Amino acid sequence: MSTEAAPARDGAAGARAGTGFDLDGRWQLHPQVSVRPERFGALLYHFGTRRLSFLKSPALLTVVASLGDAPSAREACRSAGVTEAELPAYAAALQTLAGSQMIRPAVSS
Amino acid sequence: MSQPSGPLPLVDQFAYGLDAPICLTWELTYACNLSCVHCLSSSGRRDPRELSAAECRAVIDELERMQVFYVNIGGGEPTVRPDFWGLVDYATAHHVGVKFSTNGVKITPGAARRLAASDYVDVQISLDGATAEVNDVVRGSGSYGTALRAMENLADAGFRGFKISVVVTRHNVCQLDDFAAIADRFGAQLRLTRLRPSGRGADVWDQLHPTAAQQRQLYDWLVARGEQVLTGDSFFHLAAYGQALPGLNLCGAGRVVCLIDPVGDVYACPFAIHDSFLAGNVRDPGGFTRVWRESELFARLRRPQAGGACQSCSAYDSCRGGCMAAKFFTGLPLDGPDPECVKSHGERALAAAARAPAPRPSGDHSHRSRPVPVSIGIRPPDRACDESPLAGYGSRQGGTLRTAQRSRSS
Repeated sequence: MSTEAAPARDGAAGARAGTGFDLDGRWQLHPQVSVRPERFGALLYHFGTRRLSFLKSPALLTVVASLGDAPSAREACRSAGVTEAELPAYAAALQTLAGSQMIRPAVSS
Repeated sequence: MSQPSGPLPLVDQFAYGLDAPICLTWELTYACNLSCVHCLSSSGRRDPRELSAAECRAVIDELERMQVFYVNIGGGEPTVRPDFWGLVDYATAHHVGVKFSTNGVKITPGAARRLAASDYVDVQISLDGATAEVNDVVRGSGSYGTALRAMENLADAGFRGFKISVVVTRHNVCQLDDFAAIADRFGAQLRLTRLRPSGRGADVWDQLHPTAAQQRQLYDWLVARGEQVLTGDSFFHLAAYGQALPGLNLCGAGRVVCLIDPVGDVYACPFAIHDSFLAGNVRDPGGFTRVWRESELFARLRRPQAGGACQSCSAYDSCRGGCMAAKFFTGLPLDGPDPECVKSHGERALAAAARAPAPRPSGDHSHRSRPVPVSIGIRPPDRACDESPLAGYGSRQGGTLRTAQRSRSS
């Protein structure tokens, strides 16, 4: 088949449970990223890098979709019902998304 | 994997199909100025039933509603359609990204500047040899020069990261480093894809597909390059060597991708233009959306597939039996090994099966005589024709391969 854009590989970059991701910073979806909700979560496509990525749970979609309005990524997770125990996994997922430029530090307007 | 996981692995989610394709291939016209010997869509002459610009825009509207991220536009040579640039603009204005494949014939300095100015259009220049000698035997005399000129124009216009798209053959697999050097020279990205026995490719596959040793060489080269080189997921059958190549590594036909052909027929994938893989037409009631969501063929493809003869193979989880179209057009059963199975099961199957005549592609728009380097008019012709007053005159172009293929088909 040809999904053409090589999907961002979501294992490696965030493999070490969220180390380095700034949970207390403000983040936003990259303006060139399109989000398509799916049964399993969502598909993300970045028109700038032409890369595809996946959100593997509806909860992660809720987090990502609310990043722009939340004072911090940690707060976005909390509002989405992510528990403390689950937080490292979410931080890792967000780290991966930051690595592929799907999300970026919020640009204050 | 550290992301929170859903109930099913992603690869299974995709195998069971999505409500809309992730992306799709859309061949805009069967008209082409070239007559590549391995053309997947047997292109050459324009089809009188070709979708009009208005019908194309209606398809784009549907794709926007379905949130299809982008379309891979091809042909034929899509840029010979006079409404091509307008359709590209319409798609990007409607949030459908465009990547189009071209032999470069219309990528003038002006067109290149226009392309460089858009964030939502990507360009793929087809090149099947790192030298004119290797390229032109497959793609036709002068086609190497045309492609290189297009690349120069894109680079000069500041278009970074356009794609150079290479179909890997027995004769160019030794040029992989040279292709990479050409890509570097133009600030482009290399994309390698698999030779399929589809369209006119069925006529030359035996002669052109890489040998087993070359497949291994290709795999090692790709593994070493990682994500620097794109493959359009076309070599997932090589995952049986061990490590998977970057990509989804599954057959997405009718599940996450499909093909819309120039007359609106929807096929499971770009390599399967045959009635057996025809799901419907965008002109049918309910349009493309209904074909994608309700066609009987796609429903069947989205059901769990039996591994058949491959089920007991240790590599089945990696290669999943390989490419459906490659099997079909070489006359192999769909639930058996890929003809280029890295465990050699395909070779044995091809040899043992005293190869019953393989199915032929359903449509053939090949030029009857020499290729026509023209622009096509706004109105489709009344019948499939060469659209050139000079058709039939002048010397034939191309090398021995085309001559061989011609004499077989005529």
